Amino acid sequence: MAGLHRTNGGGRVDRTKRLSFTFDGKAYEGFAGDKLASALLANGVHLVGRSYKYHRPRGILSAGAEEPNALVTVDRGRGRTAPNLRATQVELYDGLVAESQNRWPSLAYDFGAVNSLFSPLLAAGFYYKTFMGPRLLGSNWAWHKIYEPLIRRAAGLGKAPSLPDPDRYANRFAHCDVLVIGAGPAGLAAALAAAEAGARVILCDEQAELGGSLLSEWSVEIDGVPASSWVDEAVRTLAASSRVTLLPRTQAFGYFAQNFVALAERLTDHLGNPDPAAPRERLWQVRAKEVVLATGAIERPIVFPDNDRPGIMLADAARTYVNRYGVRPGLRAVVIAACDSGYAAALDLHRAGTAVAMVIDPRANGDSGLAGSVRAAGIEVQIGATVTATRGSQRVSAVQIGRAGTEGRASTGEWVPCDHVVMAGGWTPSVHLFSQSRGKLAWSDDAQAFLPSAIAPGQAQRSAGACRGVFGVAAALDDGFAAGRAAVGREPLGRTFKVTHDITDFRGIAGSHGAGARGSKAFVDFQHDVTVRDLKLAAQEGFRAIEHVKRYTTTGMATDQGKTSNINALAIVADHLGKPIPEVGLTTFRQPYTPVTFGTIAGASRGDLFDPVRRTPCDAWAQAQGAMFEDVGAWKRAHYFPQAGEDMHTAVARECRTVRSAVGMFDASTLGKIEVVGPDAAEFLERLYINSFQKLGVGRCRYGVLLNEAGFIIDDGVIGRIAADRFHVTTTTGGAARVLHMMEDYAQTEFPDLKVWLTSTTEQWAVIAVQGPRARDVLAPLVDGVDIGATDFPHMSVKAGRICGVDARIFRVSFTGELGFEINVPADFGADVWEAVWREVQKHGGCAYGTESMHVLRAEKGFIIVGQETDGTVTPDDVGLGWATGKGKRDFVGMRSLSRPDMVRSGRKQLVGLLTADPKRVLEEGSQVVEGLRPPAGTPALGHVTSAYWSEALGRSIALALVADGRTRIGTRLNVPMPDGDVAVDVVTPVFLDPKGERLNG
Amino acid sequence: MRFSLFSLARQALGGHARWPAQWRSPEPKAAYDAVIVGGGGHGLGTAYYLAKEHGLRNIAVVEKGWLGGGNTGRNTTIIRSNYLWEESEAIYELSVKLWETLSDELNYNVMYSPRGVMMLAHTIHDIQVFKRHVHANRLAGIDNEWLTPEAAKDFCPPLNISPKLRYPVLGAALQRRGGTARHDAVAWGYARAASALGVDIIENAEVTAIRRDASGAVEGVETTRGVIKAKKVGVVAAGHTSVLMGMAGVRMPLESYPLQALVSEPVKPVLPCVVMSNTVHAYVSQSDKGELVIGAGTDVYTSYSQTGGLHVSAHTLDAICDLFPTFRRMRMMRNWGGIVDVTPDRSPIIGLTPVPGLYVNCGWGTGGFKATPGSAFVFAATMAHGEPHPIAAPFSLERFTTGRLIDEAAAAAVAH
Amino acid sequence: MLLITCPYCCTARPESEFRYSGEAHIARPLEPATVSDDDWAAFLYMRTNPKGLHAERWRHIHGCGRFFNALRNTVTDQILKTYPAGTPRPGLGAPAEGGR
Repeated sequence: MAGLHRTNGGGRVDRTKRLSFTFDGKAYEGFAGDKLASALLANGVHLVGRSYKYHRPRGILSAGAEEPNALVTVDRGRGRTAPNLRATQVELYDGLVAESQNRWPSLAYDFGAVNSLFSPLLAAGFYYKTFMGPRLLGSNWAWHKIYEPLIRRAAGLGKAPSLPDPDRYANRFAHCDVLVIGAGPAGLAAALAAAEAGARVILCDEQAELGGSLLSEWSVEIDGVPASSWVDEAVRTLAASSRVTLLPRTQAFGYFAQNFVALAERLTDHLGNPDPAAPRERLWQVRAKEVVLATGAIERPIVFPDNDRPGIMLADAARTYVNRYGVRPGLRAVVIAACDSGYAAALDLHRAGTAVAMVIDPRANGDSGLAGSVRAAGIEVQIGATVTATRGSQRVSAVQIGRAGTEGRASTGEWVPCDHVVMAGGWTPSVHLFSQSRGKLAWSDDAQAFLPSAIAPGQAQRSAGACRGVFGVAAALDDGFAAGRAAVGREPLGRTFKVTHDITDFRGIAGSHGAGARGSKAFVDFQHDVTVRDLKLAAQEGFRAIEHVKRYTTTGMATDQGKTSNINALAIVADHLGKPIPEVGLTTFRQPYTPVTFGTIAGASRGDLFDPVRRTPCDAWAQAQGAMFEDVGAWKRAHYFPQAGEDMHTAVARECRTVRSAVGMFDASTLGKIEVVGPDAAEFLERLYINSFQKLGVGRCRYGVLLNEAGFIIDDGVIGRIAADRFHVTTTTGGAARVLHMMEDYAQTEFPDLKVWLTSTTEQWAVIAVQGPRARDVLAPLVDGVDIGATDFPHMSVKAGRICGVDARIFRVSFTGELGFEINVPADFGADVWEAVWREVQKHGGCAYGTESMHVLRAEKGFIIVGQETDGTVTPDDVGLGWATGKGKRDFVGMRSLSRPDMVRSGRKQLVGLLTADPKRVLEEGSQVVEGLRPPAGTPALGHVTSAYWSEALGRSIALALVADGRTRIGTRLNVPMPDGDVAVDVVTPVFLDPKGERLNG
Repeated sequence: MRFSLFSLARQALGGHARWPAQWRSPEPKAAYDAVIVGGGGHGLGTAYYLAKEHGLRNIAVVEKGWLGGGNTGRNTTIIRSNYLWEESEAIYELSVKLWETLSDELNYNVMYSPRGVMMLAHTIHDIQVFKRHVHANRLAGIDNEWLTPEAAKDFCPPLNISPKLRYPVLGAALQRRGGTARHDAVAWGYARAASALGVDIIENAEVTAIRRDASGAVEGVETTRGVIKAKKVGVVAAGHTSVLMGMAGVRMPLESYPLQALVSEPVKPVLPCVVMSNTVHAYVSQSDKGELVIGAGTDVYTSYSQTGGLHVSAHTLDAICDLFPTFRRMRMMRNWGGIVDVTPDRSPIIGLTPVPGLYVNCGWGTGGFKATPGSAFVFAATMAHGEPHPIAAPFSLERFTTGRLIDEAAAAAVAH
Repeated sequence: MLLITCPYCCTARPESEFRYSGEAHIARPLEPATVSDDDWAAFLYMRTNPKGLHAERWRHIHGCGRFFNALRNTVTDQILKTYPAGTPRPGLGAPAEGGR
């Protein structure tokens, strides 16, 4: 397939390995080492995409990550499609399937191109000025119903995959002495220097092959060998060192504080048949002692009328395709050279057999050192000329040459036929990562570019080579080597590399070279179809800050983030406003440098690994029993235990009935547990909780309520005094970590005078609650060393003892209103003890119950759940817990706030019970409580239903609610308005069952 | 020049050469009746309503950088009003009503797109909280409805409702009138309309001091473009409020945090609505351009740096990939940060300050964009009359002394 | 991901080991009952929120568990000094520590 467009030899492709691929369904061939772009060009395919707004035919502009036009979707089968990939980066493999985007029905005959007919209307910001009527339908109706859907359908590039991504992604953290970003001449030299000094080096580069611009050089020799061979030797040297990590196909995309750099490595996308189990990409999070930025520079297009036709390409890209890939993009080229790379391209193309019709240099005093060589090759050079118009529908066919500075006027210059136009507008240093690291940039008149000036505090880095304006192979090598030495704290050796055929003039020109005649368009941002006229219109309409221009015209906001367009846009706006470029400003560089796959950033964090699951020691048993689970914090808690044929309602009714009539067991292991120890432990709790603890006897328990300093309930739990200086504190399941942190805060910073130590014991204890009239009978045969009889072990007490031969803390507490115990055993014994208790429970006709029944049973008793009855705005008095406040306490956390005006006003919401007039009707939690019937919209609510259940014990529904002045409303009837009508409710005290607490005694 | 398809067509014939500047850029005058500090949507809107509703024409907006360059231009543009407390419902619903006619009001297409905002419930607690919202909103006359997981998927086809999810979707609250708008257009539209009413918009003027007379009352501001006198000064500066109020000796209950957002590369329409999940920390919609617009949480520490850690946006992408497994191969195109000013109860502060003549509108935290029109409307009334607009009154600075907080976050466990 | 030097562990560790705990040097009144509503509100809610140097509390929650204070520039996020809780806010005469 050495067709018209392949050179006869040379380049770094492997001509012995042919690869077949398809583009838009048509089969082509390329070589191993090709990019999709080079392979397409080798087949004479230039038209590869359609532009965003006008759907103009577009070709391949560049040879790298900066590509704005050649975006394709690569389809690897089910769920493995990837839209918006740059053909210039996609490595060819056998069987690759690529599709063009943003066209219908086909790339060559795209219906969307009718947009071009309306293009005079589609000027910058046109959508802000129209699509608003007609008023009759409401000013927004037409936009939302008609225009927006049309615009949405027309916009967008590729299609998102329609199936879940089956691939996996890896993640690695790494440390190194020197991270070198970019493996061109500066980066390779820096890595060599740092490695020579024995440093741990990571060298990354976005390309498949290390070498950067050196891979595109043909005639350059370094230290007596061709650049390409020098690269091979340098890479061999680096690879041989165990302290060097080479990362090709790895883009450094984010530079964060303190030398923290994120890299995205592509692992399998270049393979024809990757192992489906292998990770597709890997995120590297590197903390480097020193960073060397060797990120190079990007060539700028030249802004002339209709500069977007397929076949028009950057000079650097043309050189890369010819020299590196052995591809002649065209047969007859015109070169527009505003710097040396254009002249070098002319020579390279000429050598490779492309007829170079003409080199034109738009600089009035353009005088390249290479002009002589170009002329010597028989190529005409015109200085002070430019292109004033182009022709060609799906490929450029001719350009018109005119004098520079004829902006806006039709030119009468000669038409030069060609199928390839090469432009060298000058080079923009890639300062993206430097800027991301919050380094300061300064405009350099000399370089006509923004260059790094001050490094941000906390970053240890240096830039080397073209990214700091040091151009040319020799200078970049020397600069990189010195930077590598400096990064490891060594003096520069003064080493210089001997380089031949180097080029040194990269400055070029920026801005517009003529908007052209009416009907033509001089593009600045190719992907977003932003023209010189758009930029000028924005400035004319008062958008003078460059950020405003960017947002109004959308220049620089496409997937290439303006890599080829930003400086031209800035120069055009500056020129229009008559201001120097630095006064117009520079838009901010943000990560990522190039787009990064969501999956790469998310890594393995999916499914159960999204958030670690916490399970109790009794969890496996519950699973085996067929329990249904609910998420509470990170825990999985058994929600209910359905038996055959039971739904949740019948299961919960059965569980509740069994607990009240016999006995039930419940896994309370998720409750937070904190061991509070020390001579001042009681005083400490006294200051934290609203309750009194000083006088709590050893072996006794108290229900503790914890507020924040604002006076609102944030946690509660039973606290047992194990010894004079030792308390067993329990917290809510969700609040455990928060409460411990808060306790530590007070212990360490507010009350450092108190001798108290805190230890989280949540996972140390498995907790089994046994509740019901037969609870004591269940436990009696299992315990030893402890009397659990009624007299010796009253309600709200705690004892150390043994159960099933295991040391245990046994609490006599009840969250159901029944005779109850909570057994704490070391977690490792939890499952065995649970099984033993379960056997006893079964003997007494008992059951296991889940969180839903627990909620019902406690609601029947009017016990609150923090987070359900409370919502961060509720005080102890609001929920009827004023009684728990220690008498005569001077202070506790939140106490002062309870006397603020709003806390003592009337009208606060108070906890009450609600009974529906229809006992079968269970209210909906969250429903609103009002006074009158059929409240009109806007009626203020008196409060809301916090809990509502079917109570099996009462044979009717019950509810708890927070209602304004609720306690004074007891005995009255209120209304809960629902979509299907009002529900009458009677306000009652919030204790529905056994108000005297007689059931606690079994 | 009025914007319309007709004027656009006529200008197109003339090569668009005659479009005037959308707002004037005058030199600052020595004195104004009122000065608004902060040229974001809230500040520009305040100036607009002061001029339009209250007849004040001698007004300036001073902005230290470019209009809309703060949180107005950095947010994820979510609009909704399904808040829990009646005070919040009032101001956010006023906003939604104003959004519905804002393009017409300003003669500027702000692209309000009521495509529906869906908030996902992943736990039983979430269900209780969201149903409480639904019932409260229904009583207030604000649309908000409960969807089963299947109904949520019907409304948003790419949503993963598999029960095997780490936090499965158990249902959702949907506000159909919620949606998005074009953030920059809001700032520009208000600026253009205010300028047309005579408001002076002064960019690149950073306030360096707030001047007070012998009685302590405000008499003007010092800026990098000179001293500007005014008896009424309204500070509408989001993350920078503490610094500005400090110039007048007023301490604020505010902390400024970085808030990150990101967009994907544009793709064809794939996500028809806004989806929010507080439990797994993800907010996502698709812009008209085709980008997925994704909001992350705030970083944990206060900062004015407009950046944040990778781990914060990574956490959000974890959640997005779990909820939308088809988005996993999509690519992040741009990530940025704003500075959000957060109050202790996560509700804004709108009103008078201890300094006579000094007004403040701040504390919108992560949810200010949606409130832009309503906030500006009630703040303008407050400044015009020297007393709080009834809807603004509950959002006074005094509430932190009395304890009458409006705590959406604690009550709802829902970020704004 | 900031690097923070715990003044007890004397080593720089990633931010994920720490928990931020707000502005430092706001002491809880010793006798809250005697404090006015305004002063109590100031203690609870009023914060300096400076653009620049900020004295703030961190806890090495996944390390030694202890609280300490840091001086951080809120514009650059650079941590200039860390010091134990309960010690006064230091000047910055000494060479910067914490972070790089």
